[in-house]
Amino acid sequence: MHNFLFGIYPYIALTVMIIASIARYERDPFTWKSKSSQLLRKRQFVIGSVLFHVGVLVIFLGHFVGLLTPIWVFDALGISHGAKQILAIVAGGIAGIMALVGGGILLNRRLNDPRIRANSSFADTGILALLLVQLVLGVGSIFVSLQHLDGSEMLMLMNWAQAIVYFQPDPASYLVDVSWIFKTHIVVGLTIFLLFPFTRLVHIVSAPVRYLWRPGYQIVRTRKHKIPAE
Amino acid sequence: MSHLLDRLNFLSSLRQNTFSGGHGQTTTESRDWEDAYRERWRHDKIVRSTHGVNCTGSCSWKIYVKSGIVTWETQQTDYPRTRPDLPNHEPRGCARGASYSWYLYSANRVKTPLIRGKLYRMWRDLRRKMSPIEAWTAIQNAPEKREGYTRTRGKGGFVRASWDEATEIIAAANAYTARKYGPDRVFGFSPIPAMSMVSYAAGTRYLSLLGGTCMSFYDWYCDLPPASPQTWGEQTDVPESADWYNAGFLILWGSNVPQTRTPDAHFYTEARYRGTKSAVICPDYSEAAKFGDIWLNAKQGTDAALGMAFGHVILREFHLDRQAEYFEDYVRRYSDMPMLVELEPKGDSFVPGRQLRASDFDGGLGQANNPEWKTVAYDELTGKIVVPNGSIGFRWGETGKWNLEQKADGAEVRLRLSNVLDSDYDAVVGVDFPYFGGAATNGFEVCAHPEVLTRNVPAKKITLANGRETYVATVFDLMCANYSLDRGLGGKHVASSYDADVPFTPAWAEKITGVSRDKIIHVAREFASNAEKTNGRSMVIIGAAMNHWYHMDMNYRAVINMLVMCGCVGQSGGGWAHYVGQEKLRPQTGWTPLAFALDWARPPRHMNSTSAWYAHTDQWRYETVTSAEILSPTAPAGNWKNLSLIDYNIQAERMGWLPSAPQLKTNPLEVAKAAKAAGKEIPAYVAENLKSGALQMSCEDPDAPENWPRNLFVWRSNLLGSSGKGHEYFLKHLLGTDHGVQGKDLGQEGRQKPAEAVWHDKAPEGKLDLLVTIDFRMSTTAVYADIVLPTASWYEKDDMNTSDMHPFIHPLQAAVDPAYESKTDWEIFKSIAKKFSDIVPGYLGVETDVVQLPLQHDSPGELAQAQVRDWKAGECDLIPGKTAPAYIAVERDYPNLYRRFTSLGPLMDKIGNGGKGIAWDTKTEVHHLKALNGTVTEDGATRGLARIDTAIDAAEVILMLAPETNGEVAVKAWDALSKATGRDHRHLAEVKEDEKIRFRDIAAQPRKIISSPTWSGIESEEVCYNAGWTNVHELIPWRTVSGRQQLYQDHKWMLAFGEGFVTWRPPVDLKTTGPDAMKSLGAGEKHVVLNFITPHQKWGIHSTYTDNLLMLTLNRGGPVVWISEDDARTAGIVDNDWIEVWNANGVLTARAVVSQRVKNGMCLMYHAQEKIVNTPGSQITQKRGGIHNSVTRAVLKPTHMIGGYAQLSYGFNYYGTVGSNRDEFVIVRKMNKVDWLDQPAKVEAAE
Repeated sequence: MHNFLFGIYPYIALTVMIIASIARYERDPFTWKSKSSQLLRKRQFVIGSVLFHVGVLVIFLGHFVGLLTPIWVFDALGISHGAKQILAIVAGGIAGIMALVGGGILLNRRLNDPRIRANSSFADTGILALLLVQLVLGVGSIFVSLQHLDGSEMLMLMNWAQAIVYFQPDPASYLVDVSWIFKTHIVVGLTIFLLFPFTRLVHIVSAPVRYLWRPGYQIVRTRKHKIPAE
Repeated sequence: MSHLLDRLNFLSSLRQNTFSGGHGQTTTESRDWEDAYRERWRHDKIVRSTHGVNCTGSCSWKIYVKSGIVTWETQQTDYPRTRPDLPNHEPRGCARGASYSWYLYSANRVKTPLIRGKLYRMWRDLRRKMSPIEAWTAIQNAPEKREGYTRTRGKGGFVRASWDEATEIIAAANAYTARKYGPDRVFGFSPIPAMSMVSYAAGTRYLSLLGGTCMSFYDWYCDLPPASPQTWGEQTDVPESADWYNAGFLILWGSNVPQTRTPDAHFYTEARYRGTKSAVICPDYSEAAKFGDIWLNAKQGTDAALGMAFGHVILREFHLDRQAEYFEDYVRRYSDMPMLVELEPKGDSFVPGRQLRASDFDGGLGQANNPEWKTVAYDELTGKIVVPNGSIGFRWGETGKWNLEQKADGAEVRLRLSNVLDSDYDAVVGVDFPYFGGAATNGFEVCAHPEVLTRNVPAKKITLANGRETYVATVFDLMCANYSLDRGLGGKHVASSYDADVPFTPAWAEKITGVSRDKIIHVAREFASNAEKTNGRSMVIIGAAMNHWYHMDMNYRAVINMLVMCGCVGQSGGGWAHYVGQEKLRPQTGWTPLAFALDWARPPRHMNSTSAWYAHTDQWRYETVTSAEILSPTAPAGNWKNLSLIDYNIQAERMGWLPSAPQLKTNPLEVAKAAKAAGKEIPAYVAENLKSGALQMSCEDPDAPENWPRNLFVWRSNLLGSSGKGHEYFLKHLLGTDHGVQGKDLGQEGRQKPAEAVWHDKAPEGKLDLLVTIDFRMSTTAVYADIVLPTASWYEKDDMNTSDMHPFIHPLQAAVDPAYESKTDWEIFKSIAKKFSDIVPGYLGVETDVVQLPLQHDSPGELAQAQVRDWKAGECDLIPGKTAPAYIAVERDYPNLYRRFTSLGPLMDKIGNGGKGIAWDTKTEVHHLKALNGTVTEDGATRGLARIDTAIDAAEVILMLAPETNGEVAVKAWDALSKATGRDHRHLAEVKEDEKIRFRDIAAQPRKIISSPTWSGIESEEVCYNAGWTNVHELIPWRTVSGRQQLYQDHKWMLAFGEGFVTWRPPVDLKTTGPDAMKSLGAGEKHVVLNFITPHQKWGIHSTYTDNLLMLTLNRGGPVVWISEDDARTAGIVDNDWIEVWNANGVLTARAVVSQRVKNGMCLMYHAQEKIVNTPGSQITQKRGGIHNSVTRAVLKPTHMIGGYAQLSYGFNYYGTVGSNRDEFVIVRKMNKVDWLDQPAKVEAAE
């Protein structure tokens, strides 16, 4: 079971995420959206949404950098595992609380506002609840981490993550001694990956990042196939 | 190819071009996503159809079909062009029509036949043992079985059924009723044939072959303005909307053109660009008010007072102080103003009596034919009394002199309008005019003056046939006195100043209407002055708003008088434009044979619905208005005050004035058998037995079970959800189910009961055995039905549609097949006819039916009763067709009913066709139809006759027989009329003789119809269609006593009720907010009592579209009542509150719209908002709140019952009682508890 959850399930989740996302984008492009409820009710939206998204983005970045950066990079930069652990706890903790508060507001809207409730699918409510569970687990793991300020536990997690990504054999072995809370956090996280293409989460990959450096304010599609040289 | 790959363009050279200084950029991103939107609007085909809805719009639409599904609709823009200098007709259509396709696949579409579950279960049980007719008999003979389903009407419990079983029950019920009670107990109600004429004809053809009763709608809807038949002998004829453009001065009087005539409103806008001035008269700030150059916000219900003041000004300035040449010439030729009226002595003064007739003089002034129907006048050229051409006596029994040439006896004449010059009159006599404005209730302004106003009139003294001497005066002189104009003859109650406090001056009207005298004078002056300069191009567009008052005749006649005084009627750009509900059935005379099966048997059974529903829903048992309240103080001697309103109706039926349904208490099939057994002719047999009392007319005892209507078909209509005045009485007495009636009947109240109608202490509840509703949506009427049949929607059937707003005929077409299990109306009635013919042999065979026929307008019968005499009172003998209705034997071949339904019968060959008093031969057309539709090849009763199998076959019958769509027939019809008038009218259609419009022609493009004598306007490239045009320009008489526009009504009943001349009559007091209603109000509870006004709305056409999600979304999503800010404050109501609105008639619930737009003292409930949508329970009844008609009750007016008297003779949808509803008051309060009455359905134990 351990091997399945941490050795095989990650690949299932990631595969489903990628293939199903492509399929949805190809087959049903008009469903590819964030499905914002802002038009239905403005109240509590801005504060809830901003707290949640800022928090989640920081956490996402932290996990991405923290777990997948090869250990030698940290070593070369001279960042100790302990310092990294402290950074993760502080930054992750603050962001986690922000996301939790924001997510709580959003879930409250979704469940208790009759207009939004009527417009919510099972997936809409479910994925938000799952994210909140994951946030609670993540923030809860701080208490475990506080007992391992040397970063040893984190190292196991990094090793596991990199083993998955580098297709190393038996990645599950890295997690044998990890606390149950991390294990649960990982399983739920993988499940979120699994569900990603079937929910509104897909809007993550369509975030209009280019918007930040676009040169013009009015975007016009050209009718010409070749753009004449100026 | 792939959306994802298309987006993976991170590595491609972007090479963006920028523009606008770098603020814009171009990209080369894929444009494939745009295809989604292209696909959205891609379709497989477009089919021309329209909306068969009662709006007179008649707009051609493109129906888009994609993958076999109707997806949307847009306006057609291919109407034939108009002539230069006239805007085109399109675009026609409105938001309501554009939302129609929503219905086709919506949740409230009726998808399968539905039967009330309890009835269905009984039926199946019994059918295992019995034949269909036996099964139905068993149910009807067991009261607990019958009540088992009748009491659950309106409470759900429908189950799906097969077409076979549903039609079997209906056929069995019809057959049982025909044999047990008589076929006239099978009623059918369907309105407005013009909106889908084949669908209408399907039901009435079945009923007419059966001997059932076809019920009228136009009078019942109160859209029929009785003033029109009274004045013109014409049901209603109006200019097309394009003619507004030709007007110089337009009054919009109680008509809200932009809101209710949306597709035509552009002509109003365009006319204003052309320079037309417009005055708008309505109490609220309506959409039309915004278009007006001047807005006269008269208090609701006071229009006649305003009209009287207008008339006062026009007569003063254009006829008396100065004689406008055009006006004087017009009224001399085209109105009854020169005709002489006998002045009958009454006390010290006189009252106006009958218009003198040739028969009053020695030797009938040389007139041998109908001298009692020929009016007389002074000839200025000879100074003698002459009998001018054109009066109705010339119409029947002779030819060639029924015209408006200024001739009498072949010699030129010039009729004298007035005897006011000293040399002209013999004496100035005092003539009494009734005045009703001295008493008014419910906050209507009282202007105290004596109830009889005696005014001086110049009179001539003449000697009549028997040597009797009498004073006579012209109608013109009497009219001037009636309008209280001082002519220098002295006397009281006349005014020489507009500021005088005398009835009908602008100052007087200011008090009653609240409109300042300056505005009244200003509008009257400009209206007339424009007409004088333009030869009559002043027009009044008028709506139901004014016609729905009890005294609507006064409102309308005040307007008509203005138009006649100014020579506007029959002139292009002028006249009376009443657009309410009649939707001109252009090919009418071609349609009648199909619709009423005149090809098989004549006459059909027609009934005026107002009188029928008044009797059969027992509204008469609650009557609050007594004849004493409406009687004139100048009434001739008579037993007027002791009769109640239903008594007048019974007398009218007995004297052959109004039709009856049912007709005789005894089954007419049995009457025929008894007559045969007695060896007597049917008329003689019936007359004898009516006199002896062995036979009784049903009208005398409407509550006796033999006289109940037993089966009712409602199709193309929402009788219970829209037009049913006295809705709660329908529920209580006709249907026998839950109701909200609050008041007590005359018996319970101990008030005077009717003298003629038999009183039963216990009123019947649940008279109908079977209510069949045929609809495409689950309307209120469907909810109350026993059987609901799903019909094809307007995009699923072939049919035809015409309007009074434009001269084109165009089709409804099946863009797709009828969805689910629905069928077209034509196929539905065909299948009922088939089933009927299958089950009936052995029970009913070839039978003789006795049909009762009232004295018909446009037939010699209209000359039947120059005097009012009741045979039952012994005032005359009973002579069928003369002093009583005619009784006519008609053969019914019940086993061959289906064969007859589907073929064109032999009478078209034998008798031919006709309409409006003229007839022509149709042999050629029958021959053509045989070739076009094919002939019946099956052996049997109809072999060799032309087929009418499909709806298109039926449409071809109409098109072939109608002069409007077959030029050859038009020429024949004009020839026939030419014979009567002695003038050549053939030229009006001769150029079109070869034109024959077929169904496929109108499918290609709407076609303009051909001029026909059925109508009083013409289709030409010179003028727009305008009513009365042929009367004025072709000198065809109006179909009235004098043959001219009849402004004086001299019938005895008219004089008795004070309506000889137009006058101001305040709304009647219906007394419905008394103790019965007030008892529901808590002590000190805030409320307000308001006049209840029900205009046409913006978000629906009657009840259609009011349950349409798109329209509900644009609106407030359910029933609303508009009230003013002040009244809302009084009652403690704020906008959007739930309110309860009630009176003795019933209760409704709605939300309040609080608006500055509404006048204090009235509330507006746009009528026919379906109660099946968003309607909570009432606190008073604990039942779901009602509809707008829950607080109304129909009240009859005796003057509308007159018959056998020229223009005042019965015609289907032409004359008769009308269901007015605007005099009603209601109590309005805020609801403190909104209960939706939602509860789980009780599951019944299986039997």
